[in-house]
Amino acid sequence: MISEREITLRGRRVAVLTGGAGRDLVFLHGTGGATADDPLLLRLAERYRVHAPLLPGFGASEDAPELREMLDVTLHGFDVIDALGLARPLLVGHSMGGMIAAEMAAIAPREVDDLALIAPAGLWLESHPIPDLFAALPHQLPALLFHDVALGERLLTGGLNLEDPQFLIDFLVRNARQLGMAGKLLFPIPDRGLADRLYRIRARTLLIWGESDRMIPPVYADAFAAGLVGVAAVHRALIPAAGHLIGAERPEAVMAALASAGF
Amino acid sequence: MRFTWFNLMPWPDMPDDFRERYRSVWVDIDSRLFEPRRGHEVYNTYLDQLEYAASLGFDGIGCNEHHQNGYGLMPSPNLIAAALTRRTRDAAIVVLGNSIALYNPPVRVAEEFAMLDVISGGRLVAGFPVGTSMDTNYCYGQIPALTREKYAEAHDLIMRAWREPEPFAFNGRYTKLRYVNIWPRPLQKPHPPIHIPGGGSVETYDFCIDNTYSYSYLSFSGYLRARALMEGYWERVAQRNTPDASPYRAGFAQTICVAETDAEAERLYAEHVLYFYNRCLHIFPGFTDAPGYRTIKTIQSGALAQYGARFRYQPMTWKELIEGGHVIAGSPETVRQRMEDLIRGLRVGNIFCLLHVGNMPTEKTMYSTRLFAERVMPALRGLWPDYADDDRFWCHPLENPVAPAPLAPGPGAARRGAEVSP
Repeated sequence: MISEREITLRGRRVAVLTGGAGRDLVFLHGTGGATADDPLLLRLAERYRVHAPLLPGFGASEDAPELREMLDVTLHGFDVIDALGLARPLLVGHSMGGMIAAEMAAIAPREVDDLALIAPAGLWLESHPIPDLFAALPHQLPALLFHDVALGERLLTGGLNLEDPQFLIDFLVRNARQLGMAGKLLFPIPDRGLADRLYRIRARTLLIWGESDRMIPPVYADAFAAGLVGVAAVHRALIPAAGHLIGAERPEAVMAALASAGF
Repeated sequence: MRFTWFNLMPWPDMPDDFRERYRSVWVDIDSRLFEPRRGHEVYNTYLDQLEYAASLGFDGIGCNEHHQNGYGLMPSPNLIAAALTRRTRDAAIVVLGNSIALYNPPVRVAEEFAMLDVISGGRLVAGFPVGTSMDTNYCYGQIPALTREKYAEAHDLIMRAWREPEPFAFNGRYTKLRYVNIWPRPLQKPHPPIHIPGGGSVETYDFCIDNTYSYSYLSFSGYLRARALMEGYWERVAQRNTPDASPYRAGFAQTICVAETDAEAERLYAEHVLYFYNRCLHIFPGFTDAPGYRTIKTIQSGALAQYGARFRYQPMTWKELIEGGHVIAGSPETVRQRMEDLIRGLRVGNIFCLLHVGNMPTEKTMYSTRLFAERVMPALRGLWPDYADDDRFWCHPLENPVAPAPLAPGPGAARRGAEVSP
């Protein structure tokens, strides 16, 4: 059971999805945001005390125009953890959230002990350019994000009625808020120099990747692993029958990976 | 009324099956479609046309900025404007404009516009667009949600660079300069008139009202579809207690084709108009609006759906384009009537006349242009008698500008053709 609550940070409302019992886990979502019925959050809440703050611009979290760049967002992550009164939670991030989590662990290596990155963004390989999410049309997303494209179509475009003007406006506003914020970190190339800072990370680190990830292909796991020279042992899990949105397709496999890494 | 002859400079050789074979005319257009030798001819022909329009008495000749675009061969409008200063004498050079968030540092725009103003003898009308999402975000990589803040800062820097006589330090978020002190300075004081191309956002309405800039709606979808947007602007002008509602506070771009008769207009121009509307505006929808490029307020106002329609053209017929008002075409009398409807209906003092359309050959362009200049323009000139003296939104040229000196034949002139001796 996940419920939503709100905290105030520097005068702005931040929504936090909270639930479960156990070790504190902070989950940083990707560009699609997160909701209380997220299958991965529900699974995580079976073993952890989950806190999933919504980035400004996502859901009920207020826009924060003063967050302009990677450092601002990285520090915002710590501000949220402090405001929640958490001490050294397990830090988990997916995609854009993984990029933020990795930045947090690199900026303040003494404050992040345990880190799980699920198909994180943040690196760029000339040999494997990441598709342009910002120019993708809605009907192109399932194939980019899911192993099971038909499932992706049902999940992503089910209920979309772009012919209804008010629905269209709401859809565009949500898109502009979410992806407008995400663009500060990911547009036009999802690289803000993380590669130069990965060496600072000391946390016990788990890299989780979907074998069929066509957005950020698994070759990026190798690049992350190679960059994490300060991490004693990098745990890796490559999950079959999962695309970029592993949490939607194989939440149980993510749980197993966390367990096998000792989290 | 003030009429500016505008050339978008489209590439004229896009294949008949362009829509089917290619994803987009913009951003990722196939570079192999551009042929530089043909480009040499195309650029020079288009410059000839602009100079011809100036010779016919158009108030201005205009160019604009697009990048990686098959219908706009002007990544640098200032180069085109510079070329136009030398063989024209009276016409305003309307650069509509420089996408100021794209220049690093933005004082580059203050410098180049000052150069154009000085070289042309005070004939510059300067435009500051935010730039389309295609240009600004997808081609030039600006972060969508930060584009407007960067634009606003660039605007403040440029205006200060033009106005302040002493060197100053500029500590912006996006630009930091210890010594801002541009050379040369613009001839027009305190600065050339400014036109702002807008797409219906309230923020841009207010920006124009607050700074006494002219608001320009550069649409290809014609005057009938522009009604709601321009009414929104004039309502805002009234709400803000603006001292006047001079029509020169607004401008509009319109595709226009003139012939002796309506039937001749269709016969002469239809294929070129269809080339433009059905081939040149084939833009991949994923490029038209990067998330974060528009403000939430603008999206909520519903203006976006209307604006977005601009880029979602279905193939259209000549009849549809005429009836929809995308194109004003016909005999001089037909065109005059519809232009008068446009001018009164939208309440605009500046018209940007798109008289070269698509792949129109130069003879037809000159024919249509001459008919407009001789038989339409004079009848529309005096439509706003109450504002005849409003010169705030137009350039103020020198009374006695120097003319380019004739080329003196020097040693080797025959060998070098018309090249100038050092």
